[in-house]
Order: sequence, then structure tokens, then C-alpha cells
Amino acid sequence: MQTLLEQIFPNVMASPDKFWESVWATVVMTAWAGALMFVIGLCLGLLMVVLKPGGILACPLAYQVLDKAVNLIRSIPFVILIALLMYVTKAIMGTRIGIRGVIVPLVVGSAPFFSRQVEAALSDIPAGLIEAAKAMGSSPLGIIFRVYLKEGAAAIARGTTITLISLIGLTAMAGYVGAGGLGDYSITYGYNYNRMDIVWASVIAIVALVCLIQMIGTLVAKKNTH
Amino acid sequence: MIELEHLSKTFAGKDSVHALRDVSLTVQKGEIYGVIGYSGAGKSTLIRCINLLERPDTGTVRVDGVELTSLSASALNRERRKIGMIFQQFNLFATRTVLDNVAYPLRFSGMSRKAIREKAEALLKYVELSDKRDAYPSQLSGGQKQRVAIARALACDPKVLLCDEATSALDPQTTASILQLIRRLNREMGITVVMITHQMQVVKEACHRVAVMENGRVVEEGDVFSIFAHPRQEITRTFVDSTTNLNKVEDLLEEGAEITRLKPGEMLVRLSYQRGSAAEAIVSTVSRNFGVDVNILLGSLELIEGALLGGLVVVFSGQRQGIESALNYFREKNVGVEVIADADPA
Repeated sequence: MQTLLEQIFPNVMASPDKFWESVWATVVMTAWAGALMFVIGLCLGLLMVVLKPGGILACPLAYQVLDKAVNLIRSIPFVILIALLMYVTKAIMGTRIGIRGVIVPLVVGSAPFFSRQVEAALSDIPAGLIEAAKAMGSSPLGIIFRVYLKEGAAAIARGTTITLISLIGLTAMAGYVGAGGLGDYSITYGYNYNRMDIVWASVIAIVALVCLIQMIGTLVAKKNTH
Repeated sequence: MIELEHLSKTFAGKDSVHALRDVSLTVQKGEIYGVIGYSGAGKSTLIRCINLLERPDTGTVRVDGVELTSLSASALNRERRKIGMIFQQFNLFATRTVLDNVAYPLRFSGMSRKAIREKAEALLKYVELSDKRDAYPSQLSGGQKQRVAIARALACDPKVLLCDEATSALDPQTTASILQLIRRLNREMGITVVMITHQMQVVKEACHRVAVMENGRVVEEGDVFSIFAHPRQEITRTFVDSTTNLNKVEDLLEEGAEITRLKPGEMLVRLSYQRGSAAEAIVSTVSRNFGVDVNILLGSLELIEGALLGGLVVVFSGQRQGIESALNYFREKNVGVEVIADADPA
């Protein structure tokens, strides 16, 4: 096995620690940014749904502001976002380089996208269910937790899967601020030295990661569909 | 039990819609009150105003003595628990089992989990769905879904049940069984019921009193029997006619159908039974006493609140004098007589 791997991936196996370190960096970035993205995006998505005209806490002005802000942020390419946010990152995380330095742009780059996914998921819940809950005397908070989040769970799980996978795509650019990860690994050690085995190993690791996320997402969605 | 006073509601928009125009009505405790109208008549807005799912622009809503229109949001939510509501589309929670759907309004009401479970199970038993308690709504038929919705609406021991086109998505047989259930809970629990519908059949089978709506106004109101016996407005007549086949005779005449071609000595007559019409064997009496043959072409007779209502379309044949006496005899017995066609007009 060892010799076979050394034959196929000679440069990876020359310093395997570097490879695992990169995988780990990608996982850590995805996990941290993913968790924060989930919480922030979920709140934003919920807010948009309830504040929308006709929503349970309708406030058209606040909705317009949120809606435009989400569109604005979503239109900025991620690499530029890293640059744009450097002082914000520094203020929040204390540094603007390394894994700590890339979490803020990752969250800002993915949460608005996720909030749209949440908004779409919750808008698909039949209006009649909200009306029935109101008629039964549920408060707005009760409707959010007992109707929106419960009935929308499967669709939210699918939206989370899509967003996490695109988040992994964003982590590939983390090398710009020295956060490492598989994107940085394949450019710095693969592309620059013309070592294709390093690129292939990165691809395999990323595909495995994506499959794992997709599997978990599908499972959660299935458990919440009846 | 329910007092609506001068409700008006306009939906703003490019073509603003006057859904309600100064509607006032009172629903007595313990009755089943029907509101009938075509789509767009405002009946859906009206029923939503009772629990303020829709807030009227002007007017007041009082349910069981509480003026809902003046309550704060949280007080309104407490009052809403005393008003059950069921819908055309059932509106069950797809991710909850039947039992959890019924338990939904009970959670966070201060009851223990065990008490909630017992109550929900008792309600499912009442609607005869105990065996489905662990099923999900997607596994139920339309009628079963509506039964679950009714059980859920009854969970908080409401005084009022609002039915928003509750049977419009169901087939006639299922409709009958749901109406039967609604009548049963009205009788056994004393729940006041308001149902809106566009089917006169539903009003006929279930309601005590009915209001007819058109263009956001209540144009006619009364007990179901009088509405059926003496519809005053054109629209009411249309609804009433939709439940009988007696008007087919006009179509038959127009088509020149065989049975409407009168021979000499025959007369085509519509007889309509009204309040106070004798429920005795008038037709055979006429036949025997006046020497007139009576051929029944169409018939539509029903018992509404214990009284006979409806009519017959018949062909009389015999001596002219005998027919005249027969018609007079019917009039005496308080049966409406309308000569549709006469083979030998005077």
C-alpha cells in the first residue's frame, strides 16, 4: 500500500504532513465559517421572511434594507471581499492573516447566499399553515420555531448542503491571506512546481469532503420529510 | 355569541376591492350559521374577520362578549384559542404526526405532556381516527385530514368553530360525513358554528340559519327553511334553484322533449310545497276526487328542519273542470301552483 501510494503520489508522499495539514485547514475553515454562516444566515433568512410585506411581522422598510444589503454583499467577488474587509477582520479577530483572518470574509461571503436559501425554503411553506397557527393563537415567536423551522427543516438542510459546498470553494482562496488549505496546497506545491499528483490528491480530498457533506445533508433532509 | 357590527374592509391595490361593505350580523349561541356566496362575494374575508386573521378597516367584532377588535396582540392570541378554525385545504403540519397535530395548540398551555397526550387521544377518538394517530398527514385521505383538522380545532375546548369552505375540496359522500360530524359536535358540545360555503347543499344539510352575500354585502338572511321556501333576492333564488331539478322542465320544453308535448286535455303544472303545506296524500286525493290523472315528471322534495319543502312538476289530464277543481284544491292546501303549459288555453 505504502509503495503503491508512493508510486502514484510521489510528491505528496514525500511530505505527507503538508497534505494532511492542508486537509485539516480546509476542514477547520469550513467548520468554523459554516457554523457562523448557518446561525447568521438562518437569522437573516427568517428576518426576511417575517418582515416581508404580508409576513407575520411585516415591516416593508426593514425588509427592503435587508434585501438590498444581501444583494449588495452577494455581488462582491470573494477575493475582493477579503481585501475589503481587512480592517473589520482585524478589529474582530485581532489579525487579518491565517485561518483566523479568513473566517470573517468566509462568513460574510456565504451567509447572504445562505439567507436566500433559507428565505426560499420558508417561502415554500403553504401560507395556510401560518394562518392556521395564527388562528390557534400562536405568537410570532411560536410560529417561527414551531411552524417555520419545523416545517422548513428539510429544505433548510438542503440549502445548508449547497451553501457548505460552495463555502469549500471559497476556502480554496484562503491562501491569499496565508490560511493554507487545499486550494493553497495545490497552487503553491502543485501548480508552481508542475507536480500534478499534488493537484490530484487535493481534488480527491475535496471530492471526499463534498460527498460527506452531501450525504449528511441528504440524510437530515430525508429524516425531516414525511 | 358572535356580534359583527358595521364591518368594512377594502383591499388596496391597482383595482381596490371592497371585500366587505358595512356588514352586521349576529350569530346566536349554539346555532350553525351558514354564509353563502360566490367566490369574491367577501364571505372568506368575513369569516377571517371573526378571529381577526383579517382586520376590518372599520367596525367591531365581539365573540362571547369580548370585543376582539380592541385587544392587544397577546390578549387576542389567548382569545383565538377559544375559536377553532378549519380550512378548505386542511392546513395540517406535514412534519407532525396526526397526534402531534392535534396536540399542537395544547403545547405551552400549561398542561402536562401526559395530559396533552390523553386529551389529543380522546379527540382523535371523537373524530373516529384513533388508529391513525401515528400516521403523517400525507398518508391520509381528504376526509381523514379534515377530521384531524377538526380534532385540532377542538383541542382548546372552543366555544366557536369557524369553517372556511371546509367541505369544498371533498367528494359528496365525504362532505356528508364531515357535515354530520360538525352537526354532532354542535349538538353534543354546544359549539357555535359559522360555516362559509358556495354550496347550497351544505347549507341545506347542516345549517340552522343562513346569510347570503353578494359584492361584500349581506343581501338576505334568515332561517334555512324560509330562505329555501321564499327566496327574496335573485341570487338567493339561484342558489336555491341549484339544489332542485324542478327547473329542468323549462329546458325540456325548450328542447321540445317528448314528455312535454301535451295532448288535448293536458296541463303542465309546477307544484311547490311551502311552510304549512299539508304532508298528506294530496296527489292521490286529487286523482280520486276530481277524476284527474296525475303524471309526475320531476320531483324534488326534502325535509328541512322537519318540514316538507320542494315541489313536483306534473301533467294533469282529464276534464277541464276536474283540473280546475284540482288546482283549487292544491291552493287550499297551501301548495303553490304554477301553470307552465296548457294544451287548451282558454
